[in-house]
Amino acid sequence: MTSPSTLANGAAQQRQNRDVVIAVRDLVVGFGDKTIMKGLDLDVFRGEVLGVVGGSGQGKSVLTRAILGLVPPRGGVIRIFGQDRDALAPADRRTLEQRWGVLFQNGALFSGLTVKQNIQMPMHETRELSRHLMDELAMLKLELVGLNPDAADKFPSELSGGMVKRAALARALALDPELVFLDEPTSGLDPISAAEFDELIGTLQQTLGLTVFMVTHDLDSLYSICDRVAALAEGRVIAAGPLETLLESDHPWLRAYFHGVRGGRLTAARIEHKDEEWKPAPTTP
Amino acid sequence: MTVAAMERPPIFARQSSPEGVRLALSGDWTLIASHRLEEAAAGIIEAAKRDRMIIFDLAQVSQLDTAGAWLINRARHELARRDVAVALEHVRPEYSTLLEEAHYRAFEPPARPRFNLVFALLADLGESTVDALHEFYRGVSFLGEFVASMIYVAGRPERFRLTSLIAQIELIGFRSVPIIVLINVLVGGIVAQQGIFQLLKFGASSYTVSLIGILVLRELGVLLTSIMIAGRSGSAITAELGSMKMREEIDALLVMGLSPIEVLIAPRVLGLVISLPILTFIADMAALFGGMIVSWWYGGISPVAFASLLKEAIALHTFLVGIIKAPFMALVIGLIASMDGLATKGSAESLGRQVTSSVVKSIFMVIVMDGLFAVFFASIDY
Repeated sequence: MTSPSTLANGAAQQRQNRDVVIAVRDLVVGFGDKTIMKGLDLDVFRGEVLGVVGGSGQGKSVLTRAILGLVPPRGGVIRIFGQDRDALAPADRRTLEQRWGVLFQNGALFSGLTVKQNIQMPMHETRELSRHLMDELAMLKLELVGLNPDAADKFPSELSGGMVKRAALARALALDPELVFLDEPTSGLDPISAAEFDELIGTLQQTLGLTVFMVTHDLDSLYSICDRVAALAEGRVIAAGPLETLLESDHPWLRAYFHGVRGGRLTAARIEHKDEEWKPAPTTP
Repeated sequence: MTVAAMERPPIFARQSSPEGVRLALSGDWTLIASHRLEEAAAGIIEAAKRDRMIIFDLAQVSQLDTAGAWLINRARHELARRDVAVALEHVRPEYSTLLEEAHYRAFEPPARPRFNLVFALLADLGESTVDALHEFYRGVSFLGEFVASMIYVAGRPERFRLTSLIAQIELIGFRSVPIIVLINVLVGGIVAQQGIFQLLKFGASSYTVSLIGILVLRELGVLLTSIMIAGRSGSAITAELGSMKMREEIDALLVMGLSPIEVLIAPRVLGLVISLPILTFIADMAALFGGMIVSWWYGGISPVAFASLLKEAIALHTFLVGIIKAPFMALVIGLIASMDGLATKGSAESLGRQVTSSVVKSIFMVIVMDGLFAVFFASIDY
């Protein structure tokens, strides 16, 4: 098995002295006779925003679900905060799970609870806090994610798509997690809301010192907030590193992704404005 | 490091120095501390409220999150209200962003609307009444639409969807046979057992056969079948149409110029109307069979005797009373199921509500219809 090594040397060295939050080694996941992850390796470092890209059906969601423990792996090790989750005692596992927050693609807000109750749910279940403090914290989180206070007593069905994402993010942040998983946070949002959401994630990440694992299809998000990008294809990570490294890669899928019709337009526009040294390679091989 | 243990609880120490009084905060001022965090914050206020000036020293705070920052800010605000000047010292840069982000502000609870129990009850009652009338109106209008579309199709037989109808008959009729046979054999047997047991007291156990024959053929066969089909196929129709509505498939049909009633609902309702009489007949036979077996074992009435007693007790109209009701029951079940399916809104909860409402309404209507038929047949002496 060839290890994915499109990483530049500088980045490889930098990796040595950084705290690894999630370490996935040789992960194998499959359903029935189909193997989706064929020995996947991935590191997520403390304090970074990692964008995970990949074609449809390449297992971005499966990888997220495997790390979260929703899909049992067939082989390999997933270490989170340096601990092998599968080897932990149930109580330790619960504590570990309280250190992360998850924003599901469609929000997954509990439909029978108001937004405020949704945000208070994790606090209510795992901490002993006064109602007064929980109310204040819920309102604080709402304000952090940019929602109006009057959204607090609404039910998820009364919210627009963008508000659902923000409310779900507030719930993911309820316990002040160190690690946040975002599953396509900007999908289904209009470009303005998507840009605002990107900015919000960036701001929160800086303020709260979060580590963000973000599955996305949105090239704009990759450009604007991701520190590193990991590309999934053929059941493994074909490339991981700063976006510039991936843009230079010769892998056919990466070339099609970043220099294809849609990606190419955006990449060219970004490069013109941001990076004068780098020149887009000719699209014909 | 184990994540389970809370290693550094949030604490503070009061120190007096030449510059003034300091509270040295230390430990993890995070939500993991749970109620201890709140207690520590309350303790700060208690410890500082008699001073004129105080310094919070955050040098020893090992971790801080929004909850901790909020509580420290709230304590500062509370002390400021009591004319205690608070200064922060040795704040790490990452904490100062957090403290700034979680600066104190009063969250006013939203005004609760006034609630009057009597008023709410009356309003609720009125609303349900209007809803029920509205529902009835919708039902009648839907029946009209269905009949109109049937008449339209009758003039253009080539537009009729035979394949779809056959598929529905298989789903609704053929696949329900095992469960219909099973429950009716059991119910026939139970009626026979009770009949024999109770009538024995009068020495009239042979009347059990009349009891089974008339009860099953006139009422039980069609009623049990209709209720079973309302639960099994009515719910399936509502769920199917409801999920099609949710995924805008119904709208897709409409914009193609096709009528959902013609394409989706006609085959299902007709499938029900054809299947239910057949299932009722099967149910009748199964219940009589169950009754016969129990009468034989339990009451010593041989199958031959059972048959001849049955022949004396019933006439053709006994059987027909049951069968005539079946297509009407089918129509009621089919229309309620379709109507509720199409009334589904965008969410999955709405789909669940519609399925429940469809089953409850159709079982209720089946029983009401049965009562109306009983009155009708009694008055025409059939």
